[in-house]
Amino acid sequence: MTRRSALPGFGLTLGMTLTWLSLIVLVPLAALVVRPWELGLAGVWHSVTDPRVLAALRLSFGAATLAAAINAPMGLLIAWVMVRYRFPGRGLADALIDMPLALPTAVAGIALTALFAPHGWLGEVLAPLGIKVAYTPLGVLVALIFVGLPFVVRILEPVIRDLPIDAEEAALTLGATRFQTLWRVVLPALIPALLAGFGAALARGVGEYGSVIFIAGNMPMVSEIAPLLIVIRLEQLDYAGAAALGLATLLLSFTLLFGINRLQRRLA
Amino acid sequence: MPTRRATIGSILGAIAASSARAADAITLLNVSYDPTRELYRDINRAFSEQWKSKTGQPITINQSHGGSGAQARAVLDGLQADVVTLALAADITALARRGLIGADWETRLPNNASPYTSTIVFLVRKGNPKHIKDWDDLLKSGVQVITPNPKTSGGARWNFLAALAWARRQPGATEATEEAYIRALFHQVPVLDTGARGATTSFAQRGLGDVLLAWENEAFLARKEFGETDFVIVPPSVSVLAEPPVAVVDSVVDKRGTRAAAEAYLRFLYTPEGQEIAARNFYRPRDPAVAARYAAAFPTIALATIQDFGGWDKAQAAYFADGGLFDRIYTPGK
Repeated sequence: MTRRSALPGFGLTLGMTLTWLSLIVLVPLAALVVRPWELGLAGVWHSVTDPRVLAALRLSFGAATLAAAINAPMGLLIAWVMVRYRFPGRGLADALIDMPLALPTAVAGIALTALFAPHGWLGEVLAPLGIKVAYTPLGVLVALIFVGLPFVVRILEPVIRDLPIDAEEAALTLGATRFQTLWRVVLPALIPALLAGFGAALARGVGEYGSVIFIAGNMPMVSEIAPLLIVIRLEQLDYAGAAALGLATLLLSFTLLFGINRLQRRLA
Repeated sequence: MPTRRATIGSILGAIAASSARAADAITLLNVSYDPTRELYRDINRAFSEQWKSKTGQPITINQSHGGSGAQARAVLDGLQADVVTLALAADITALARRGLIGADWETRLPNNASPYTSTIVFLVRKGNPKHIKDWDDLLKSGVQVITPNPKTSGGARWNFLAALAWARRQPGATEATEEAYIRALFHQVPVLDTGARGATTSFAQRGLGDVLLAWENEAFLARKEFGETDFVIVPPSVSVLAEPPVAVVDSVVDKRGTRAAAEAYLRFLYTPEGQEIAARNFYRPRDPAVAARYAAAFPTIALATIQDFGGWDKAQAAYFADGGLFDRIYTPGK
């Protein structure tokens, strides 16, 4: 169990780890787990399998997964460029990547809506093509791509930085094509980090509220996300129903992230 | 030991003295709903001047705004509001049920404790290009209707009830025709914002939709804010009498010792001066003299009241609660 370390203090640090984790993560989650059961088992089941709830969960998890799947290759590309090349304006680009993290999500949501609304700069261009972004599920996807991007880039950057260039050089001298080098040497080393970035972007997307709420249109069964349904239940003072839905979201996220973590470990 | 007791005594004395000094200046928190920012900014200024000249005590009134339901929940969860001035009686009743406010709150002040009223009107674009005159015009093909979500917005619930009131007064109306009208109406709604201000923004700034169902005061304000020439107010033939209620939060004022000021603050809303301010902010005054002066500003509309729907408890259960009419509109196969 204990791993030899040059520094002593296993007992103390583990104790602090467990205390802190319980205080910050476990206790609030426990409250969420306890609350729904005042509805009874059937009540909880009924409140999370309502067609409108299922539609919202489908949208939240579907859009978050798709956004993370788009962010993974794009984030990989951006991280690669940021680490491997020096170009004018690189510092600026580097700061830009963090913007979605720093910006209050409501501001991002309002800006995206203004941009993609039928009379917005981009909305005006897309409308004649028959593409509607604002107030549709596509708008949800756009908002989630926006908030998820920095997670993939920031997780991949240090891994790419540590990638030994001589492995690529060796592959090339041994006669591998550029594509083979990328596919068989570079990518396998990055897969675990890519999965971690995918997982982080996905988790962020499932819980995102502020930026989505402005652009989604919030139509029941169509563009209504799960966190909005939780808020709606709170407005009705239905704390138990809100907690039930929160718990369902939590369990789904946990299962997904657990699976991604396992996969990551197997590939590492 | 005696010295120690003396020390504690002197500390307590100092605290008592400082709190007595603090009582000189007093603050109240008014927790209100979305579109009343401008109204209460004016009311607060006028009331604090009057209170200062009457009692010599400086008073500061802080205001907090948001969706009516969310505000009620914040108070329920511990926000120290001295008074609540919300969009729906149901939201104050929720506070009364949990013991924060006396159950008799609606009879403590005149007119069901609502010092001003409003109604629901249509706001359309310049020249009314889609010729929207009344509720049936909203169903014309190609007309998009903007309203917030009745689940999250008090104003949207009034919109819903106004539409229902009109449908109910049509010849041969039955429960089925009323429901059919509501279904068809929400079929024309492309976006459901969570609050009244959000819906106004979608309509006026994002250029979404052809008609906004809005609080009368919000419609006037939107014209003032976004251009008198760009928007036209259309009063429908039938609407609802919205009575936004006010109440002192008993549990808070008793703890803070602010009851006298809080009660005076709410009574001020009923004085001719308070009524005048309400009218200037596009709320319909209760005071007949003030109402007569502003009669030209407010068109005559046949107004249904919440009692026509059996009171808030019944309306809430039938239309807005989980599984109510609003939910059924969007749930397939039911």
